[in-house]
Amino acid sequence: MRSRAAERDDHLVIAGEHFRSRLILGTGGAPSHDILEDAVLASGTEIVTVAMRRITRSGAGSVLDVVERTGCRVLPNTAGCYTARDAVVTARLAREALETNWIKLEVIADERTLLPEPVDLLDAAEQLVEDGFVVLPYANDDPVLAHRLEDVGCAAVMPLGAPIGSGSGIRNPYNLRIILERARVPVILDAGVGTASDAAIAMELGCAGVLVASAITRAEKPVLMAEAIRKAVEAGRLAHLAGRIPQRLYAEASTAWEGIADLTAHTG
Amino acid sequence: MTVVVNGETRELRDGATVVELLSAMDLSAEARGIAVARNGGIVLRAEWVNTTLAPDDHVEVLHAVQGG
Repeated sequence: MRSRAAERDDHLVIAGEHFRSRLILGTGGAPSHDILEDAVLASGTEIVTVAMRRITRSGAGSVLDVVERTGCRVLPNTAGCYTARDAVVTARLAREALETNWIKLEVIADERTLLPEPVDLLDAAEQLVEDGFVVLPYANDDPVLAHRLEDVGCAAVMPLGAPIGSGSGIRNPYNLRIILERARVPVILDAGVGTASDAAIAMELGCAGVLVASAITRAEKPVLMAEAIRKAVEAGRLAHLAGRIPQRLYAEASTAWEGIADLTAHTG
Repeated sequence: MTVVVNGETRELRDGATVVELLSAMDLSAEARGIAVARNGGIVLRAEWVNTTLAPDDHVEVLHAVQGG
């Protein structure tokens, strides 16, 4: 079937690399490596994020074992960085440790909101692009910032739907639509997804992908939620490609009026 | 000499290299998935063997964990 073939060729493309799955899994918050591994498999993802932290003596296996066994691409982040300088050094450390020049760039303004610090984010993005990184910045849902990040050479932009871990969905779909209309790089919704429908809405709006962490890893049943969100991303993508009907205030009959029977109780 | 490694003080011989520090932490110089920063700057893997630490250096030895 032609439509199925088209579906198979509908890849997420970042910096020339093709991915069949449009779901990126953030690994933070998973109860164990075993559950994480099952969630990765259930999600169908091909990209998982990791963070760089001090090494400890614990022999409890490594998240990299999960990455290796599932065959995913590892996407290190700069979580916990508050300045451009810290983020740039962290990205270089991650490149050194993990042998990848891909970086999910996070520069956070404060602990309470975990919102991106836009000035340092743009500064760090520019430095890292210059240094040969494939930069995927976690950004505010600000069309101007998204545009600037693209201008300095980011391979994608990742606007938030709502604050990290808030599970509040897409708080400003209008801003997201403006970002999507103007972007020439993939727009990946990052942060805010609380459940499957949020991911579907992001994809219906036209996002190229969705990054989900807490909604899966902190769900009561992470593996089940991973499958739910996988299906939501796929459904949302198909709906986007299918082209939705316009929203109207009043009804629009789906059945033709022509040929309607005359059922008046005629009396002779 | 005393250096600070991942926030904790540690005694090393004077002039110890990054490789010696890693060895003292039961880490091999060939260990994959780790990175080293010294006083806020990265020490590239290729430089571990030749980089000597100085007293009171702050060293961070990092690896990948769940996150993001």
